[in-house]
Amino acid sequence: MSDRALVLGRIRSALADVPADEPSAWSWAEDPDPAAAYRRGRRDEDRAVLVERFLERCGEYSATVQRCEEPSLVAALTAICERHAVRTLLVPPGFDEHRLPPDLAIERDDPPLSVERLDIGDAVLTGCAVAIAETGTIVLDGGPGQGRRALSLLPDLHVVIVDADRIVSGVPEGVDALAAAVTERRPLTLISGPSATSDIELTRVEGVHGPRRLEVLVVAPSGEDPYWAAAERG
Amino acid sequence: MRIALFITCLGDTLFPRTGQATVAILERLGHAVRFPAGQTCCGQMHVNSGYAAQATGLLERFVRVFGDDGVDAVVSPSGSCAAMVRHHYPRLAEEAGDAGLREAVASLAPRVFELSDFLVGELGVEDVGAYFPHRVTYHPSCHATRVLQVGDAPLRLLRRVRGIDLQELPEAAACCGFGGTFAVKNADVSAAMLTDKMEAILGTGAEVCTALDSSCLMHIGGGLQRQRSGVRTLHLAEILASTDAGGPAHA
Amino acid sequence: MPDTGFPAAARTALADTQLRRNLHVATHTIRDKRLRAVAEVPDWEELREAGRRIKQHAMRHLDEHLETLEAAVQRAGGTVHWAADATAANRIVADLIAATGEREVVKVKSILTDEIRLNDALRARGITAHETDLAELINQLSGDTASHILVPAIHRNRAEIGELFRRHLPDAGDLSDDPRALAGAARAYLRDLFLASRVAVSGANFAIAETGTVGVVESEGNGRMCLTLPDTLITVMGIEKVLPRLADLEVMLQLLPRSSTAERMNPYTSLWTGVTPGDGPRAFHLVLLDGGRTNALRDTTGRQALHCIRCSACLNVCPVYERTGGHAYGSVYPGPIGAILTPQLTDLHGGRTLPWASSLCGACYEVCPVKIDIPTVLIHLRGRIVAGGQAAPRMEDRAEHAGMRAAAATFRRPWLYRLAQRVGLPVARRLVRHERLMAALPGPLGRWGAVRDLPAPPAETFRDWWRGREETP
Repeated sequence: MSDRALVLGRIRSALADVPADEPSAWSWAEDPDPAAAYRRGRRDEDRAVLVERFLERCGEYSATVQRCEEPSLVAALTAICERHAVRTLLVPPGFDEHRLPPDLAIERDDPPLSVERLDIGDAVLTGCAVAIAETGTIVLDGGPGQGRRALSLLPDLHVVIVDADRIVSGVPEGVDALAAAVTERRPLTLISGPSATSDIELTRVEGVHGPRRLEVLVVAPSGEDPYWAAAERG
Repeated sequence: MRIALFITCLGDTLFPRTGQATVAILERLGHAVRFPAGQTCCGQMHVNSGYAAQATGLLERFVRVFGDDGVDAVVSPSGSCAAMVRHHYPRLAEEAGDAGLREAVASLAPRVFELSDFLVGELGVEDVGAYFPHRVTYHPSCHATRVLQVGDAPLRLLRRVRGIDLQELPEAAACCGFGGTFAVKNADVSAAMLTDKMEAILGTGAEVCTALDSSCLMHIGGGLQRQRSGVRTLHLAEILASTDAGGPAHA
Repeated sequence: MPDTGFPAAARTALADTQLRRNLHVATHTIRDKRLRAVAEVPDWEELREAGRRIKQHAMRHLDEHLETLEAAVQRAGGTVHWAADATAANRIVADLIAATGEREVVKVKSILTDEIRLNDALRARGITAHETDLAELINQLSGDTASHILVPAIHRNRAEIGELFRRHLPDAGDLSDDPRALAGAARAYLRDLFLASRVAVSGANFAIAETGTVGVVESEGNGRMCLTLPDTLITVMGIEKVLPRLADLEVMLQLLPRSSTAERMNPYTSLWTGVTPGDGPRAFHLVLLDGGRTNALRDTTGRQALHCIRCSACLNVCPVYERTGGHAYGSVYPGPIGAILTPQLTDLHGGRTLPWASSLCGACYEVCPVKIDIPTVLIHLRGRIVAGGQAAPRMEDRAEHAGMRAAAATFRRPWLYRLAQRVGLPVARRLVRHERLMAALPGPLGRWGAVRDLPAPPAETFRDWWRGREETP
């Protein structure tokens, strides 16, 4: 007997007590019991609040976070690169050319660079698919402007541009937003701050294997600045 | 309210004053207390030690003795024994495969209460007219806290005791290390847990450590006495039964 | 699995003052952090209940979900292998590595591969497995085993680790004991390994049946390195890790980080679906291991042990674990979850003293993110082990059996119970006057008496008092 048949056979005989008509999976949508009714899709959706919360929480992971409007994005990026003395900025295919700092050496991952090149890279600039306010998480799904996984892993500095309209409130909304990428079999990476370890006496040390520094730039479309207005009023 | 006292085998045999105090409090509050003489042990020791099969007879006995329609509530000065009946009896009756027993347990278990939970949660009483002019710290025993979820009921009762100097116990929620046969099967770990609990108690400067379970108190008190620490243990019921007249009022 | 017995191992561990100190600091730190992380979530209890239901359904229909997962992974370009036991799993992994022609592989932390002793099996086939998680690296360099699910080197302090690195890592002669410097040394050492490796072995936190997506939750980035850079990725996963739907992640990704590292979210989570052209490994193998999990599945009470998502919150709050550490459990799964998982995985042949390694305080159940009722399963397994007579060979066990039977017989007969009180109390009153003698007795009385006095037995029982009271008009 194959191990497959053996294991499945053991499982079926072990589950003899389970009624045949029982649903095989549980979901909040099918079970109205309040005991399991975790909040889903019912959070405050005021974008200004979400943006503020994302900035605060992402920043608490000791990532450097700031916000800007589209017209000042290039200047903000230039300042970041100067601060980190970046000589060459690695950029994924599909990244919006208008957003690139004009005075900086740019190297595109197209055709794909060798891992040795990525390893000695100063910095990589990517966008993101989704950002989750509640947890300060950035999600890359390999879509345009995000690149393959190695690109945002090996360089020492990762600069991420988060378009404000990509910020969702919580983890459930984030998982919803990623469903399409999963269906297309694109790999996902959820990033919450720079890499860290607490393996030695539970003392948190940042920057173990991934990029040691994470710079996050939240960008609102332009001019009117509808995204921060409410937060600043409040 | 017609109340049946579930004294527990340990309380009956080794700590009668706790039972006497429980009777005194309930009667002082105007309730009629009965003591069904056929009661022995709820079977907790057996069930928790892996002898659940031996305990089925005790389950049946408990249900027969206390399942009287004339009783509104069964009250016990033991968190772990009340937890045994409320939490484990339904599962054990289910496993025993006896439909009659299952139904009897389902009807009885919700009427079984730990004393402080009964006083505050069921009777809505916090001031039981007690007077106890001593420095006291309260150890929340695990089964009362985590299984029965008595919450701050014992503290509410203690705060209303006149003359009391109530001290908060640091790391209060930590288990004292009794755990029934754990105390002798894993005696070294139990002793290490007891040491930390005693250190916390001594740090409060209390003269009395109180709790809802005579079993935990036997373990803590045994350790405190071995150290000649000058701190004694006293069941909550005995503090609540104390009055100006001194000592538990024996009605 | 060797079964030296928890009480004896615990006694040794309790005497190790450095270990006690390390464990106390570590468990208390993470405990307080977890409380804060959980308090921030208003729907935490509902999430726990949802998590419990998701896992319960997943386990109760495990065959269906595994077949769905298999089909989805294969559709996405992966290959699925089934292993009935550790030997089969190790053989599959070794064969897959051998087929690539590689002799060295990098590994992401995986308790499951510790469980099946994969590294030893690979060494026997001439393959070197390099652990890349910092704590696993520490343990591998020192020839030590994990003592905690999440922080496997929790029993080591910085000075011990500094000494180890200075001895074993290249160019680390003047390395300080600062955790930052130690982590930096590991980064430099492992980076070369990551870039050179062509095969990686990982475990998995979750696998989504409907999409074939596999997930690894981590902090350091060694996981991302292993999952991304090599050409071939071999993931070994216990069959219980399957989740039916992608949406289940929205619950698990909230429960796990806060329970585990007490963070809102762990630094990195990688989710991949088969093979993606131009991104990551070109070959992906998923090995599904039973390894005794179906034993647990057969037990309708014990089954819930398979719901575990390996957060280790139960270890961190356990008063027993806090004092003995993980090694005393003699099992790769220590603490309360280990005490219910290990005996079941070995069909009660191993870890037979573990269900008693608990005072039943219930702190584990209170924090478990998927609400595994660990105390109830402990009691249940105690019953199974006693009933199976498997604890019988020792004299003391036989005495306990007899004593328990006699006690039950007594409690069933009130007249006998009263007689026992009447005979026993005077004896006890004499005994307690000789506490030194008592402490010297063998067996349970002596162990009680070693650190505690017995209470002075009363002059009359409660029932005698009650009868006297009723007789007095």
